Amino acid sequence: MAFHVIDRRLNPGGKSLENRQRFLRRAKAQVQSAVKKSSQDRDIKDVLEGGEVSIALDGMDEPRFRREGGTRDMVLPGNKKFVEGDILPRSGEGGGRKSQPGQGDSEDAFRFVLSREEFVNLFLDDLELPDLAKRKLAEAESEGLQRAGYATSGSPANISISRTVSRALMRRVALRRPRPQAIAALEAELAECEDEERRTELEAEIAALKAKAKRIPFIDPIDIRYRRFETIPKPVAQAVMFCLMDVSGSMSEHMKDLAKRFYMLLYVFLKRRYRHVEIVFIRHTDRAEEVDEQTFFYGPASGGTLVSSALHAMNDIVRSRFRPSDWNIYAAQASDGDNSISDSEAVSRLLTGSILPVCQFFAYLEVGEAGGYSFEMPDSSLWSLYERLRGNGAELSMRKVRDRSEIFPVFHDLFQRRANQEKAS
Amino acid sequence: MTERLFEGADWDFLTLQRVHDACEDVARGELGLDTYMNQIEVITAEQMLDAYSSVGMPLFYRHWSFGKHFAFHEASYRKGLMGLAYEIVINSSPCISYLMEENTATMQTLVIAHAAFGHNHFFKNNYLFKQWTDAEGILDYLEFAKRYVKSCEERYGHAAVEHTLDAAHALMSHGVDRYPGKKNIDLREEEKRAGQRRAHEEAAFNDLWRTVPSGPAKSGKVLSIERRRKLLGLPQENLLYFLEKSAPRLAPWQRELLRIVRHIAQYFYPQSQTKVMNEGTATYVHYRIMSRLHKQDKISDGNFLEFLQSHTNVVFQPEFDDPRFSGFNPYALGFAMMQDIERIVSDPTDEDREWFPEIAGTRDVEDVLRGIWANYRDESFISQFLSPSLIRQLRLFHLHDDPEERAGIKVDAIHNERGYRRIRRELAKQYDVGYIDPNIEVVDVDLAGDRRLMLRHHVIKGAQLYDTDAKRVLQHLADLWSYDVVLQEVDANDKVLKEYVLNPRIQPAAA
Repeated sequence: MAFHVIDRRLNPGGKSLENRQRFLRRAKAQVQSAVKKSSQDRDIKDVLEGGEVSIALDGMDEPRFRREGGTRDMVLPGNKKFVEGDILPRSGEGGGRKSQPGQGDSEDAFRFVLSREEFVNLFLDDLELPDLAKRKLAEAESEGLQRAGYATSGSPANISISRTVSRALMRRVALRRPRPQAIAALEAELAECEDEERRTELEAEIAALKAKAKRIPFIDPIDIRYRRFETIPKPVAQAVMFCLMDVSGSMSEHMKDLAKRFYMLLYVFLKRRYRHVEIVFIRHTDRAEEVDEQTFFYGPASGGTLVSSALHAMNDIVRSRFRPSDWNIYAAQASDGDNSISDSEAVSRLLTGSILPVCQFFAYLEVGEAGGYSFEMPDSSLWSLYERLRGNGAELSMRKVRDRSEIFPVFHDLFQRRANQEKAS
Repeated sequence: MTERLFEGADWDFLTLQRVHDACEDVARGELGLDTYMNQIEVITAEQMLDAYSSVGMPLFYRHWSFGKHFAFHEASYRKGLMGLAYEIVINSSPCISYLMEENTATMQTLVIAHAAFGHNHFFKNNYLFKQWTDAEGILDYLEFAKRYVKSCEERYGHAAVEHTLDAAHALMSHGVDRYPGKKNIDLREEEKRAGQRRAHEEAAFNDLWRTVPSGPAKSGKVLSIERRRKLLGLPQENLLYFLEKSAPRLAPWQRELLRIVRHIAQYFYPQSQTKVMNEGTATYVHYRIMSRLHKQDKISDGNFLEFLQSHTNVVFQPEFDDPRFSGFNPYALGFAMMQDIERIVSDPTDEDREWFPEIAGTRDVEDVLRGIWANYRDESFISQFLSPSLIRQLRLFHLHDDPEERAGIKVDAIHNERGYRRIRRELAKQYDVGYIDPNIEVVDVDLAGDRRLMLRHHVIKGAQLYDTDAKRVLQHLADLWSYDVVLQEVDANDKVLKEYVLNPRIQPAAA
């Protein structure tokens, strides 16, 4: 009898992806809180690795009519010593039943693995770029091309062959251009034909058809169509992220670590929104310099503190390399809040005058030593300065952090999706 | 010397071909099996997990619960908590068997004999499957269901469809007809019918009808209870069927979804009633085929030992006090009974002659077994053919556990002369769907009043519904019915033990 073997191994995988998405959508709230919880204890690098989460199946159960209790009769295999009429005392007290295996809620809490993509999506799901981003996006546009039908003129590279040929066919049919087969048939008949009169007739006919075919070309210039493209404005899809950090002696390793974590989160977040994200590291003491990542976080440096130097450096870099119309500019500044009093004037001028207008978002993170609560941190000189600027309408986001576990909540807080999109801070 | 089918563990598609042909020779020639055409598909572990999560079917409509099962299975598989089955077989024509790619050649032979011949024969010949399933149409129907659910999602939104399917799934165990109706199910016809119905609806739609004055409302004639129940076809134990036909506020597409879930439930209904027989048949068949192939020297001694090892694992039955014990292993019980019948037919003792006069010593083992495979389900099979000798061999005993009895659990029967019949009866009862599923039926609807739906659960031996789950299921039921739902649990004397009342949640976008 006939019989088939089919190799299904090469079929595309991920057949259950749609079901999985439905499941994740349904379990979103639970998965999300599980993701948040599991991310608190992890390093940021690992946070993005995805991994296993465990969720309670609240609202995810599939109820059925089941029964419990009552008198039960069981037939079991493997009798050793029982005889009819024996009474076996129940294990446990008060007539408690032994739990029936295979029943009950074995799936009450269950663990499963999220892919990296899913993890990051859920992790950052309720975050959004602050409102200011839109203001900039509307102005800063580049141009892209989009198909827009056909045109009668254009460059040869854009000829649409199928459209051209079909128009030529239409024209040939409409003008009744003789088909080559018709001519060939007549010629064949001519070759066979003995009758002289008929031959002349045929010859005349063939000549007429050939002339007509010549008059009506196979493809006429009027048939030719070109694919048309329109330029359309495209939102800028690249961003640059400035990391400014105070590396003066007062910044401890712990503080730098906090700052690093914040930067990484910001990077991941931007990476998700923009195709291309660049990072510029600027560290400063009483003077600022652009450095690579290693030096930024681990390089030794010492000196006083002048915040304006970093802002200066950033401003220069923006001018020379990142035209605000082409780039979305984000900046995050981390510092322990020390700044010399004399610098305040310069800082506020730079910020309000040149940096804030070109930035989508400027965040200031004040890091403190571990222990204690962040709201107990006294206002530093930089903090009070920024506070004042904000009071004057500058769009600044600022937070204090002193413990690792606060980083994500603070970040989350800064970018939380707000119902009425109030000012982001 | 005949040529071996394969050497070692490696196989390719030609090997599968040879194996299939060799198995077929034995299956047809020696056992006289009658099977659907075979289609054997080689799949990967991921595809096996896929199949797991959609109840073993190659295609299924989309629903979150399948995603949940997939995630669950995948996690436990990755951790090594769970091995995967060697094969999955589908009751369809042609009969599709999925073989895991990592099986060895011996295992492939085993599963081809097991699934492609054992299960296949059972599917084609057992009366329950003949009566309740349409092997020709099932795959097309599932394809239709998948498309239909998808189109509903597009038209009415994911949430509404999901809600309806959730509710239908909760009632799935009570969405089957237990008694054969007038006509056999034809799933292809079903699919056509649904399409036609929608086309007709679209063609006949005329918004004007809505504006036609309907005249004075007909004065509500009070129907007698008997008449009303008759009109609604009550009592009705197929809850999904009842809702599909009579729920007052369901949209046509919701009724169609209920119908789809009901048809699928019905398709699986025979499988739940024939676990022991189905696996017993397949195991017996693979055992016979493998032994024959070995005797013909088509399988080497080494490979045969490998087969015996996994066969022994499959038919292993832990005893009740073993920590591994989790009820009867259908493979073990089924296989033991088939072998026992073989013994009774070919070499009976006096006891067998007394207990099984019809088959003892008739000598045609295959004929007797084929008859049994065709005409019994688990419950009737056990109550007819569990022999005293097998009861002794398995050392079966019967416990009676009455919570009222403070002293403990009573040993009611053991494997002795007085106990055989009782043990057999009780074991058969464990496989009787009438006892396994709670007996719930729709008894009345208060059509003139508040349209409350009345259900009744006939409590057997004091086992009442598990409260939390019952409420959730009834909530789904109330949502579909759109009015209040009342479930009464009554005992044998019609005394009401417990009453549930559920109000429908307001459904967005479902009216």
